[in-house]
Amino acid sequence: MAMFGGRSDLPLAGDATSRFLPWLIAPMVFLAAVALAVSFCLTSLVARWDSDASGSLTVEIPVASGPADQAQTTMRDEVTKAIGVIKATSGVIAAQALTQEKLAALLAPWLGNPDLVKDLPLPALIDVTVEADARPDLGDLQHRLTAAVPGASIDDHRLWLARLIDLGRTIAWTAIAIVALVGVVASATVIYATRTGMSVHAGVIEVLHLIGATDDYIARQFAWRAFTLAFQGGLVGLILTGPVLLAVVFESRRIEGGFLADLTLPAVGWAACAATPLVAALLAMLTARITVHGALARMV
Amino acid sequence: MAAETELVVQLDNVGLRYGRGPEILQDVSLSLPVGSFHFLTGASGAGKSSLLRLMYLAHRPSRGRVVMFGRDIARMRRYQLPALRRRIGVVFQEFHLMDHLSTLDNVALPLRVSGASERDVQKFVPDLLQWVGLAQQIDARPPTLSGGQKQRVAIARAVIGRPDLLLADEPTGSVDDAIAVRLMHLFEELNKLGTAIILATHNEALVARFSHPRLHLEDGHLTRT
Repeated sequence: MAMFGGRSDLPLAGDATSRFLPWLIAPMVFLAAVALAVSFCLTSLVARWDSDASGSLTVEIPVASGPADQAQTTMRDEVTKAIGVIKATSGVIAAQALTQEKLAALLAPWLGNPDLVKDLPLPALIDVTVEADARPDLGDLQHRLTAAVPGASIDDHRLWLARLIDLGRTIAWTAIAIVALVGVVASATVIYATRTGMSVHAGVIEVLHLIGATDDYIARQFAWRAFTLAFQGGLVGLILTGPVLLAVVFESRRIEGGFLADLTLPAVGWAACAATPLVAALLAMLTARITVHGALARMV
Repeated sequence: MAAETELVVQLDNVGLRYGRGPEILQDVSLSLPVGSFHFLTGASGAGKSSLLRLMYLAHRPSRGRVVMFGRDIARMRRYQLPALRRRIGVVFQEFHLMDHLSTLDNVALPLRVSGASERDVQKFVPDLLQWVGLAQQIDARPPTLSGGQKQRVAIARAVIGRPDLLLADEPTGSVDDAIAVRLMHLFEELNKLGTAIILATHNEALVARFSHPRLHLEDGHLTRT
């Protein structure tokens, strides 16, 4: 039997539910869409972090002692030796020393004045790219590095990024749980509104029932009404979501340091958010239909 | 004795009580053939409306057996009952018209509920309204109609689907004698076409004028004259 029906024998348009249901659904859809967007953004970000962490290392060469000129020469030699050891390691794709200018640029957001960095005795850093699926033996690499350049150390990022990745995933799943909770609350709202409507129109429903209307004939009218009201509210909620998402993305790009610089909502995330009014409307329609059938089953 | 399949209504020792109250109907038995016409009489509170409610399947009996169109109601599934109800036209005592619908839409309800096309609705409903003298009120809403007009709308709604059984609870209570006679002729025309009719009424003059068998309820017991 068709789920949709445009005509109604029941005076549902004049109900109080016509006034309050869309305004209850709108903030729910807003919350669900924002939560979905957060979940998709974080999932995408975590995947990128994970990928980055899997494919890179940093080798640190400590500051050499002695006069400045001598120390610089010593460090240049040590960096060259270290790069040689690194490149000879299986699983290493590339190794490149960070220039002083690059170092200064990285530290400037924290230290403020880039000229200040030039006067500071900084360790040399070597950025190493490795195969994510065939990472080098870090223990062996550390051993050989120490033999060639005493004091050299390896930082594989995974230790501290792992915690960040776990946090990101937890927030993403929490957002999904919020979406599910919003769905439950929306359903409860529709159940209440539908039962109220049935109570208000009990006389009309009884006459329809007694002249031979099937339960589905009556349920379809409530279901269609719930669909249209929820869709209207959902559209309002979705419209409110847009500026919020754009504001979050804009602000995240202003944070320097790289963690949130590429916070974007993937295409599937945009599609999921755009679909929330329709999903809310379908959920409302199904809930109303089941509610009416359940109530009518008590009649003879 | 007529076979069950030739009977429109068969009640066997039916009793009806509401909740834990006393029995409104006691040991009611009757067999009404297809195409029969009966008056249902009795004092106020005798149980006429309750008997009709049993027949249009608004209630199940507390005891006994109700067979409609050859089908035992007790053995039918709930989803099968609407089809049976669509074979029964009901004129409710309080009319139960829908105030938010026009006269045309009120009368069209049984057709729409049974899935008739809008073309059939626009073809048959205005003709019937013309016949009952309501052609000018086709777009009017019930609150703007007189008691007699509402009654005619209720009757039109009950008969528009050419039911196999028409149950009318005081259908001429709010109309003058001339309209009452006209409506009785409508019922008799329907009866000639095969619709069985049970008409509950206090109007003894009408009962005397149109000689049909009478079912009389007194203290919950049914007698036939």
